[in-house]
Amino acid sequence: MSNDSKNGKRSGGQIICDVLLQEGVNAIFGMPGGASLPFYDALYHYPQIRHYLARHEQGAGFMADGYARAKNQVGVCTSTSGPGATNFVTSMASAQMDSVPVVYITGQVAREFIGTDAFQETDATGVSIPVTKQNYLVKDIDELPHTVKEAFYLAKSGRPGPVHLDIPKDIFLAETDAPIPDEIEVRGYQPASAGHRGMILKAADLIKDAKKPVIIAGHGVAISEAWDELKVLAEKANIPVITTLHGVGCFPETHPLSMGMLGMHGMYYANIAVDQCDLLIGIGFRFDDRVTGRVSGFAPNAKIIHIDLDPAEIEKVVQTDVPIVGDAKTILAQLNPIVEPAETDLWLDFLSKLRSEHPSENPPDTDEFLPQHMIRQIYEHSDGKAKVIADVGQNQMWASQNFFYDHPLSFFSAGGTGPMGYALPAAMGVQVACPEDEVWCVTGDGGFQINIQELAAVAEYKIPIKIGVMNNGHLGMIRQWQNRFYDGRLMGAELANPPFDKVAEAYGIPGLVARTKDEADDVIAEARSIDGPVLIDFLVAENEDCMPMVFPGASLAETVEA
Amino acid sequence: MLSRREQSIQYSTMVLLVEDHPGVLTKVSMVLRRRGFNIASLSVGHSEQPGVSRMTIVVEGIGPRIKQCEKQLYKLIEVLKVYDLTEYDRVDKELAIVRISGQGAKRAEITGAAQAFDAEIVDLGRDYVTCQITASPYTIERFLEMVSDFGIMELTRTGVVTMARGSKAGMEAQPMEQTEKEVTNQDGTL
Repeated sequence: MSNDSKNGKRSGGQIICDVLLQEGVNAIFGMPGGASLPFYDALYHYPQIRHYLARHEQGAGFMADGYARAKNQVGVCTSTSGPGATNFVTSMASAQMDSVPVVYITGQVAREFIGTDAFQETDATGVSIPVTKQNYLVKDIDELPHTVKEAFYLAKSGRPGPVHLDIPKDIFLAETDAPIPDEIEVRGYQPASAGHRGMILKAADLIKDAKKPVIIAGHGVAISEAWDELKVLAEKANIPVITTLHGVGCFPETHPLSMGMLGMHGMYYANIAVDQCDLLIGIGFRFDDRVTGRVSGFAPNAKIIHIDLDPAEIEKVVQTDVPIVGDAKTILAQLNPIVEPAETDLWLDFLSKLRSEHPSENPPDTDEFLPQHMIRQIYEHSDGKAKVIADVGQNQMWASQNFFYDHPLSFFSAGGTGPMGYALPAAMGVQVACPEDEVWCVTGDGGFQINIQELAAVAEYKIPIKIGVMNNGHLGMIRQWQNRFYDGRLMGAELANPPFDKVAEAYGIPGLVARTKDEADDVIAEARSIDGPVLIDFLVAENEDCMPMVFPGASLAETVEA
Repeated sequence: MLSRREQSIQYSTMVLLVEDHPGVLTKVSMVLRRRGFNIASLSVGHSEQPGVSRMTIVVEGIGPRIKQCEKQLYKLIEVLKVYDLTEYDRVDKELAIVRISGQGAKRAEITGAAQAFDAEIVDLGRDYVTCQITASPYTIERFLEMVSDFGIMELTRTGVVTMARGSKAGMEAQPMEQTEKEVTNQDGTL
């Protein structure tokens, strides 16, 4: 597989490509430039690694993010020095906040020019410190094999995250016979895994005595692939499961014990369940402010069990009764055999009644074509089997609310940093990782235009994603907040858009339009029948607000429904 | 010398063992800045282990917030150990060099003060005396207060370095009082 040169030495570029192959990476997203030309010359000789030319480095970063999330493996992207590296920063920050394993390879000016303010020189590793899990400026070719391997190890292990490799141009070209190590050990880095036995026993005790328990499942369940163990726990102990935005899909949303998503735009009944519960079992989530609402009013009567891999998340936001540091899958596998069913029949009856009286997951019953209908129609047409990548804002919340996600790793969204422009490139990465799956990019008309240039790559590589633009002519969440909290003084909320179907067609992608529910049914069916990428401009009602909502400063108990 | 504000603050003293790599100091100080901790002093040097540097960091604040700070520092790959020695019996030392204005009879007074504080006179000029003092930050403060009446022309301080008393290293040494609430360590034990 490796392209050994005659003297038994390999160049820096070859070494990186060899590690990529070892790590099972078959795609790399990027944009070349002066400092990374030698790396591209190495890639030229590795056809096993398919290169996808992004049209902006941020797009490449989000493509690698989508690829990584969908495969639960490391995604890789590359750019040149200077502006190439700084254009990566937003996607790095997002991968860092959302714990996504992405390896960033940036070119740097040759070693002799470092520190001289050379052309396209930026202190890239200086810039990336706070937005990466680890970063390296490689100045010695003999250290490169170990460093590249270590980058992959750190990105994937423990709490995953982005790792940045900044490689001077001449290091790509320099040669070494230093081997690529098989095993990596990093002193000072021992991610916890098993969980403390005593704490697990204590958790089982609390569960046994609970009358009104809930499980909140977060991203950690997806990362550690603990969905089967989660299901066993919920069914065996008879506990309802609520998910965070990143936990969506980790528990089947059509399951009788599923209570949907909680938080600022969570399901009414999920928020009330958390408010009234007497035991909260948090698995792999970090008590984010969009989840908790006002912290002092969060789950006021509950004892809290918190399972998380990252010790720094324990008691960062709320006091915990039983902290268990470790991998969710390993811990649940130990907890499940000793857990006893809780007496939750009354509690489940209460929640089921609450849910039937407050069906937040259902779109309003009206002839008007609402944004919620668009999501529900995609759900129905795809039989719930599509993978959905949402952008940021109202579209993101509706995409999580109005679709029943029954499968893990089927809903992706940049929840932590909230970078508009995420959905299109991320959906491309998901589709590259899962070529057989139906992949829908759900984006607003605002966020879509932040990385709209990637339509060129969609067309070039015929990546068969279905792009649904939820077009309400506004930065919808901005309009919603200005209406509700700034007395309707709209400022910078309205959008003058081009016809997106025409834009798509200019790029060589079929473009469709839907103005009504009936038209939406027709074009969704048509889009699904096309073997290739399609864009649908869904012209939805302009003034719909995303509800339910927990107003800023309010607690979950104060969830507003309209 | 400490301002009135600084005098009223409670400080925590932490020791970090870190990889001796380029950029580690930047990463440590960025974590502290990012999480909102003010650094009162920070000093770095070699430790007894090759390739491992030792930092003594004094930050504003005590209690649970510092525990969170410690955990965030642990997340840096290059950070090998973090010890919060605030509650420990320890040796705190700092070096200060101070040039004090004085001629004639005042020189004798300065020399007297220096002797009383075990400060060494390292330079003398027509109108100044330069003293070097190695002591706890508290003693240095008192010495500076004593000589401030003469006029301090220039002052430099290294920041404190510290070591827990006893035969064992760091956390294995005995804290003065057991902290009342057990907290989760990185390895998941309590």
